[in-house]
Amino acid sequence: MIRLLAALLFWTASAHAQLAIEITGAGAQRIPIALAPFAGENALAPGISSIVRADLERSGLFRGLELPAISPEPTEATNINYSEWRSRLADALLVGSVQPRPDGRFEVRFRLYDVVKQQPLGGVAYTLGKEQLRATAHRISDFVYEKLTGEKGVFSTRIAYVVKRGNRYELQIADYDGAGAETALASFEPIISPVWSPDGKRLAYVSFENKKPVVYVHSLLDGKRHVVANFKGSNSAPAWTPDGSRLAVVLSREGGSQLFLINADGSGVRRLASSSGIDTEPRFSPDGQWIYFTSDRGGTPQVYRMPATGGEPQRVTFEGSYNVSPRISPDGKTIAYITRNAGKFQVALLDLANRQVQILTDSERDESPSFAPNGRMILLATVINERGVLSAVSADGRVKQRLSATAGDVREPAWGPFIE
Amino acid sequence: MRAILISLAAASLALLGACATEPEKPAASAPVESAKPAAKPQAVEPKPVTRVETTSKPSPFAALKDPKSILSKRSVYFDYDKFDVKDEYSPLVDAHAKFLRDNPSAKMLIQGNADERGSREYNVGLGQRRSDSLKKRLTLLGAREDQIESVSLGEEKPVCTEHTEDCYAKNRRDDMLYSGEY
Repeated sequence: MIRLLAALLFWTASAHAQLAIEITGAGAQRIPIALAPFAGENALAPGISSIVRADLERSGLFRGLELPAISPEPTEATNINYSEWRSRLADALLVGSVQPRPDGRFEVRFRLYDVVKQQPLGGVAYTLGKEQLRATAHRISDFVYEKLTGEKGVFSTRIAYVVKRGNRYELQIADYDGAGAETALASFEPIISPVWSPDGKRLAYVSFENKKPVVYVHSLLDGKRHVVANFKGSNSAPAWTPDGSRLAVVLSREGGSQLFLINADGSGVRRLASSSGIDTEPRFSPDGQWIYFTSDRGGTPQVYRMPATGGEPQRVTFEGSYNVSPRISPDGKTIAYITRNAGKFQVALLDLANRQVQILTDSERDESPSFAPNGRMILLATVINERGVLSAVSADGRVKQRLSATAGDVREPAWGPFIE
Repeated sequence: MRAILISLAAASLALLGACATEPEKPAASAPVESAKPAAKPQAVEPKPVTRVETTSKPSPFAALKDPKSILSKRSVYFDYDKFDVKDEYSPLVDAHAKFLRDNPSAKMLIQGNADERGSREYNVGLGQRRSDSLKKRLTLLGAREDQIESVSLGEEKPVCTEHTEDCYAKNRRDDMLYSGEY
């Protein structure tokens, strides 16, 4: 079913996104899929099949075939001639239709076929207003992705990041592809370290609006926020517990930069670890068992972990003299982090089972890696031609995407969770 | 008296006006108000001017902004990967410590900074080390613990943005701010 294809360069830019995307590289084995334009899709711009095509190709796991114009246009109701589609070299086929309703809304239907096994894989019908077009397309992409790869798609997830233009900073939230960006916080002072609550409804972040770092929790539903930590000294590096009830934070209230745990409403602060060094960048493992963090207690900044219930930290990284910003993959098996390699700051992956390290990027100023919730892609901040941009790289290093703002520098990305 | 003050002020304005434009222009463009001459000269008794002395000294806090005072200097710079306050800053640190001792109501915020290389949060930690270090020096010299808050801005508020060693050195610093300045 899956064909080997020579690697090739593929470029796309989405005119509708507030972040523009470029893709380089390709997955080793991409599923060739025929994405027929949905009958009637021009009634609702942009054509829904074009959004699905962009989603699937962006994942690096699919290659959308160029199709000749087919008349009559196939829909979800058409009887499929499998050998005809096989001759077009498709392993899979997506067809559908868009129909306007008298009430001004639309009905979108689709059906997905496995052309090799010659069987339908299912279909869905949606009723939507036109402002839900992109969200509906992303749900179709999720369906196709999951049926054909066995993994959950991330096309309906969101990302948060900070844009700096001049002396103005904005914490923005957008679709995973950069479209539909909304500003959660605008400030004349820096904002760093946004982190999504596990339920995707809140962001914690550090704001310097009080001339010192303070940790806030911000509700995305109503825009209300409250201070979680504003103790004497610095308050930074928030990380949510897997149940969303507490945050690990870094406080200097007892001297130095040390790890503490605090309730999400700011009450009940307690110390987690002690060192004479800088302990920072805590992250809970998805099963809640471990806290990974950066520490220079051994002389140089390295990744450590300690049991979340307390106990001696153990060092985790041993190659190189600067290893920071640990992030745990959703399946808990891999750590992504930033390593300084011959003076360049790059993304590395550590396999916790066999302790092998793989460097994923060849750029120079990478920061703040963030796993997609299906573990397949890592979003990071980097600098290209002196501009701050976001880059997404597949966990095997093959596919790379770049997201840049039309003006200003983008940094501090955080990939949001699956929303049920 | 007022006429003299006004003409003095006007003369200053004229001077300023001349400086702001081309130096060659004559300074006569500003309006100058002068006292009308009396119709015929009359003997005028000089009125005695009462000399008044204020009893309060200039506020000590004025020294913080006086460019001639060492107290107007507020920054301490650090070597790469270091957070100890170098000896060359001892006179500066001593002066600020004395100010804090002599003015128990004075409050200071020390903002520590790091150059841009590496993780933002680790750089918040490096800046914190630097501000803690300066705070410790000041308290050892007699400032009270509760007079000083040491915080970090990490790499977020650089004074320059070039990727040069020269610029990095300017960003590895502590800045001392007094109440009313933050």
